[in-house]
Amino acid sequence: MKKWGSLALMLTLGAGLVLSGCGGNNGSSTTEGSASSAPASTAAATAATTASTQDTLIVGRGGDSASLDPAIVTDGESLKIGHQVFDSLLEYKPGTSEVEPSLADSWEVSQDGLTYTFKLHPNVKFHDGTDFNAEAVVFNFERWSDPKSPYKFEGDSFDYYDSMFGPDGSRVIKEVKAVDDLTVQFTLNQPQAPFLQNLAMTSFGIGSPTAIKEKKENFKNEPVGTGPFVFKEWKHNDSITLDKNPNYWKEGLPKLNKVIVRSIPDNSARFNALQNGEIDLMEDLSPDDLSTLESNTDLQKIERPPFNVAYLGFNFKKKPFDNVKVRQALNYAVNKQAIIDAFFAGQAQPAVNPMPPSLWGYNDQVKDYEYNLDKAKQLLVEAGYPNGLPDTVTLYAMPVSRPYMPDGKKVAEAIQADWEKIGVKTVIESPEWATYLDDTKAGEKDDIYMLGWTGDNGDPDNFIYTLLDKDTIPGNNRSFYVNEDLHKILVEAQKETDQNKRADLYKQAQVIIKEDAPWIPLVHTTPLLAAKANLKGYVPGPTGTEYYSDIYFE
Amino acid sequence: MSSYLFKRIMVLIPVLIGMTIIVFSIIHAIPGDPAETILGQKATEQSKQALREQLGLDKPWITQYVDYMGDLLKGDLGTSIRTKTPIAKEIMPYLAATLELTVSAMLFATIVGVNAGILSAWKQNSWFDYAAMIIALIGVSMPIFWLGLMEQLVFALKLHWLPSIGRMNQRDPVESITNLYVIDSILAGRWDQLWTVIKHLILPGIALGTIPMAIIARMTRSSMLEVMNSDYIRTARAKGMSQFLVVYKHALKNALIPVLTVIGLQTGALLGGAVLTETIFAWPGVGRYIFEAISSRDYPVIQSGILIIAFIFVIINLLVDLLYASIDPRIQYK
Repeated sequence: MKKWGSLALMLTLGAGLVLSGCGGNNGSSTTEGSASSAPASTAAATAATTASTQDTLIVGRGGDSASLDPAIVTDGESLKIGHQVFDSLLEYKPGTSEVEPSLADSWEVSQDGLTYTFKLHPNVKFHDGTDFNAEAVVFNFERWSDPKSPYKFEGDSFDYYDSMFGPDGSRVIKEVKAVDDLTVQFTLNQPQAPFLQNLAMTSFGIGSPTAIKEKKENFKNEPVGTGPFVFKEWKHNDSITLDKNPNYWKEGLPKLNKVIVRSIPDNSARFNALQNGEIDLMEDLSPDDLSTLESNTDLQKIERPPFNVAYLGFNFKKKPFDNVKVRQALNYAVNKQAIIDAFFAGQAQPAVNPMPPSLWGYNDQVKDYEYNLDKAKQLLVEAGYPNGLPDTVTLYAMPVSRPYMPDGKKVAEAIQADWEKIGVKTVIESPEWATYLDDTKAGEKDDIYMLGWTGDNGDPDNFIYTLLDKDTIPGNNRSFYVNEDLHKILVEAQKETDQNKRADLYKQAQVIIKEDAPWIPLVHTTPLLAAKANLKGYVPGPTGTEYYSDIYFE
Repeated sequence: MSSYLFKRIMVLIPVLIGMTIIVFSIIHAIPGDPAETILGQKATEQSKQALREQLGLDKPWITQYVDYMGDLLKGDLGTSIRTKTPIAKEIMPYLAATLELTVSAMLFATIVGVNAGILSAWKQNSWFDYAAMIIALIGVSMPIFWLGLMEQLVFALKLHWLPSIGRMNQRDPVESITNLYVIDSILAGRWDQLWTVIKHLILPGIALGTIPMAIIARMTRSSMLEVMNSDYIRTARAKGMSQFLVVYKHALKNALIPVLTVIGLQTGALLGGAVLTETIFAWPGVGRYIFEAISSRDYPVIQSGILIIAFIFVIINLLVDLLYASIDPRIQYK
């Protein structure tokens, strides 16, 4: 009798372990993965022998989509799903930012650059069975451009449309017209050099007019496009399930039968899940986990092409950072290679210009300020600060991890230590993200801030003009940097349609920016992904979105 | 009893109104522009302004508050700014997920905690007592994120006994009806999934239940010790009653009253405070829902989310008070 209490306790204590322990082999099918069963290594072995049976891909990523209508979002996580469900008129060649045909087979541009005529791909159907045609394209563009459109539902704003084709009142696109069933014509108000680049963005994926009319507000939860995958189910903050589009217009695609995209916010937990076989592909691997990944033969490393820039920006509103000598001095005092070795596991390259070297128009003649503390000190003397800066500098370091900056605070501490050596004392502040963006945009609290950018559309305009032109104050130009010469060049580049001439203009712009030093460009990172070793055919895109249609398991 | 119930429910109203005022003033005092946060760095100034107007963020907060309360009385919890979906509809799956997790955590915490506390008191100053109380002390001070990752490392990665994340086997899911997956898989007759759902509950349940388990164990122990020294227990022993019956029948009933309070409070605390566990185990619960709303300044979600949690918390307290009465008839309500 006396033993009962302790027996009960032992039973309850032991129950979990015993019960869980015997769940190792309940005959799950090979496609089920090891979430419920066998060790990862066994699972991998099973998968290898029964090669082609795995046709479900489970992707693990850090956050959930905000909405599934790609036209109303700007966040990368939402666009990733949009890209699977929708096709745009054009798309980027896998792994690059070069434009190639998609729903539009071919196009003609008029001499003056004001008329674009697209021939559409025939016999394409939306997931709801309705026909894709010129009218559908017109319907979508009208929905985005007309602020009074009945299909602009409560809360919707077509931000990327406004930002790429100008806000209401200064639209680039004057009219979109269906010439015949498979021909659509765009008339522009003014030439726009990156017009085709813009059209290829996921945000301009063509949705089914019938579905938009029928589903109304609910379209953002139940999207209908022409893409390789059909939306099936969205469990918020948990998973999004996509089924194969059996009638996809590209022959033989997609190769997978089903894609499940799960939100796993914690980087370590996500990597644990991959190692445990619960997911097949993960995004945003911490550089810290790289060595564990490389030592595991069941897994592979996937590198996303570097298409971003992380930088420190000087706040021109604050003294003495309006002084170019001070800015140059601090440029000389940052050891980029040491930072890359310490915090990026080598998966980054030092940044010289405000745009990545892989982008056309990059000026490789521009020389970086090398790491040289003597030169830095000398410049400070010339600027009138022989004993270093008199006041403590407030350095804003990012509180969140981003593909271009996994750990902003650590990097800021390294820079703080270097600057100390030339007599510049800094205090690092990392307010919570919303406050951070607000503060740096107002420019009242920070002296120097850390931020970055991932390109949207493969055009230099999307880096240099967006981040450093005087037009983008207040906004993305958080340095409050104004240079009229630069502005003239950037505006000219927007109107020029000859790409070679544009490239020259951007090269000039980079020279001016280097000399003015409104930033300290830090790094271009190579974002890391990890996958099961038998996953094939995945080509990560530079802008952060790619089709899952070519993926298969070996 | 029923008039007491009525009175208690009437008291809820000012409590909840007070909650809305506090929450409303606090979140409007947080710096950070919601328009910028919601639309992202890449949005235009014009669309940000349009959003502010549409949300009424340009109005004084008193006006915003009155508008919000007006909607609330009509049963409208508002619309999430980020996902543009009505909150009343959106929050249900999150609440269900949290409920399932909380129940399993509290089952673990109560069964282990109460038993450990009883045994410690029974065998006071024995090795078991010391060991249990040391474990309880460690349990209270254990960082949840660390415990969670360690559990994953040992039970998922090394031993492969349990899944590390999520709520069920995603490759072959059960259709959600109630969003409580244990019930859904029973309804669907999917015993294989029921088993995986339970397995998915074990690690996060233990991670989340460890702190309440430790608190409950310590509370039970001290409460039991007090009761064990009282006269009626001495009488019971003097009658020659077995130790087991003395402990589990006579002492436990009275010792349990303060323990029940703790269990009630802890359950309420877990409902909203499970953010870390939910993050580590990719559990789509209400804690993460509100946390993400805070970081994106999704005001309507923060307001309504906290209000709902507060409401549930108050209800749990009410239930605890009612339980007192049924356990101990000496407690009279007037």
